[in-house]
Amino acid sequence: MAAALAVHALTKRYGPVEALGGVDLDVGEGELVGLLGPNGAGKSTLVKIACGLVHATTGSADVCGARAGSLEARRQIGYLAELFRFPGWASADEVLLLHQRLAGSTGGERERTDLLELVALVDARSRRVEEMSKGMQQRLGIAQALVGSPRLLLLDEPTSALDPVGRRTVRTLLEELRERGVSVLLNSHLLSEVELVCDRVVILLAGKVATAGGPGELVRARGIELETDRGTRVVDGTRDDVPRIVEEALASGERIYGVRVLTSTLEDVYLEAVGGEIS
Amino acid sequence: MSAVPVIVRYVLQEALRRRVFAVVLLLTVIFLVLFWLANHYVFAEIRTLTVPTGVPVDARTFAAAFLTGLALFATMFLGVVLSIFLTLGAVRGDAERGLLQPLVVRPVGRSTFLIARFLGALAVTVPYVVCVYLIGVVITGLTGHWWPDEIVTPAVEIAGAVALVTAISLLGSVFLSSTANGIAVFMLFGAGLVAGLLGTIGHAIGSTAIKHASTVAAYLTPFEALYQDALREITASTSGVTGFLLQLGPFGGAYVHGWTVRLWAVAFLIGVGVVALAAFDRRDL
Repeated sequence: MAAALAVHALTKRYGPVEALGGVDLDVGEGELVGLLGPNGAGKSTLVKIACGLVHATTGSADVCGARAGSLEARRQIGYLAELFRFPGWASADEVLLLHQRLAGSTGGERERTDLLELVALVDARSRRVEEMSKGMQQRLGIAQALVGSPRLLLLDEPTSALDPVGRRTVRTLLEELRERGVSVLLNSHLLSEVELVCDRVVILLAGKVATAGGPGELVRARGIELETDRGTRVVDGTRDDVPRIVEEALASGERIYGVRVLTSTLEDVYLEAVGGEIS
Repeated sequence: MSAVPVIVRYVLQEALRRRVFAVVLLLTVIFLVLFWLANHYVFAEIRTLTVPTGVPVDARTFAAAFLTGLALFATMFLGVVLSIFLTLGAVRGDAERGLLQPLVVRPVGRSTFLIARFLGALAVTVPYVVCVYLIGVVITGLTGHWWPDEIVTPAVEIAGAVALVTAISLLGSVFLSSTANGIAVFMLFGAGLVAGLLGTIGHAIGSTAIKHASTVAAYLTPFEALYQDALREITASTSGVTGFLLQLGPFGGAYVHGWTVRLWAVAFLIGVGVVALAAFDRRDL
């Protein structure tokens, strides 16, 4: 089966500016991939090429085997733009109805109700967009992206306007979508969020893939923190070294109150990857 | 193309909800009342007017044709204003506001989207200009007991002129932001009108150079040529001194007319459409 998204040697130039400089990236069926990188790294450009809003300069991007941007590819995707707006005069229900008609969805009112329930907007289905808070509009945007049960969901900063409860809702939703086999490319600045839900993380830097891998693969051991009656210290080693370190401490007459395996966070990995760029 | 009716409906809904129809209706009623008053006073005056013996001028025909020409111009102007406001931000303006992206990622061709926006605008403006023009004709007809030589053709031609401006506005919206596009299309429309007046002056004073310049300008702005042709159709059978006086304009003469300008207008519309579709298809959003 073709990957939900297959990007090969993708480049994009805006005049003299190179936004993407040969990106390779695959999102498998049911896989949740987090796309990270500093501003201007090319994340949004990559997502926009995948959904056909921007034309690639060279290279290829395919969605479920169809060329990105083609009608066939667009039938498979749901997209939430970083900066989007729905017509203020329309109600939540009307926005979803419009997108159902454009997507050719036959889900009808049942689908709209399910989606509004999913994003906790069912009580606001008749409310006009202009009367909604930013967070509500963001949640409506997520519901809109799910119209027609897409196989690939492209989310560009989906939680930027959400409060912590809203973020938790989106996280739960993403996990549920993964269980249903929906593939997701999540572009986000919220590292903790990406670390929690993503199967794989890709860090873009200046239009190129700087680092990629599972969150567990990317993080590295940073030692063992040992808390004893003589104080707290960090000893070099990994999880496998814990029994030995504890035995040695006990043998030297120390009373042990706590042992913690220290690993780098995704934030550390990210900062390490983009460190050169920042400096 | 099954998305066309969906987007047309969206455009109509937007016009309705944003109270575009309400504002246009109110202003149109005001215009028509003022137009009726103008007719009422003009024909009341004409009833008391005595044309000197030996002057072969039909004052009632002259006044009625002049007023109908005025109605034609005003109707086209209102239709053009409406069409520009409905389309000036259709592509770049809506993209800058983030309204366009969620729509065009749907399995709808960009060409389908643009054609639907065009048809949506026409669904508002064409019935509007045809109705307002016909009401104007009826007001003059009932007040002054005079009817144009051609009624349907001028209506079709001003609808065509508005369709041309709509297409130009959509083309401009691919490249320009809303404000810049609105200004550009209004200025182009104004340039066309000035060219038309220039042509009338050229004909009145018999200047070949001015006539030539205004003819070129009319072909570059075919909405103006269609309007000129529509004006001519109103008094197509009026001849003699009355016809000559009407030719002096500004609401009666036509220096470009006939099937040549009509076919050119169709070709121009298709050309603008093709360029707009190609440009939109290539545009990064």
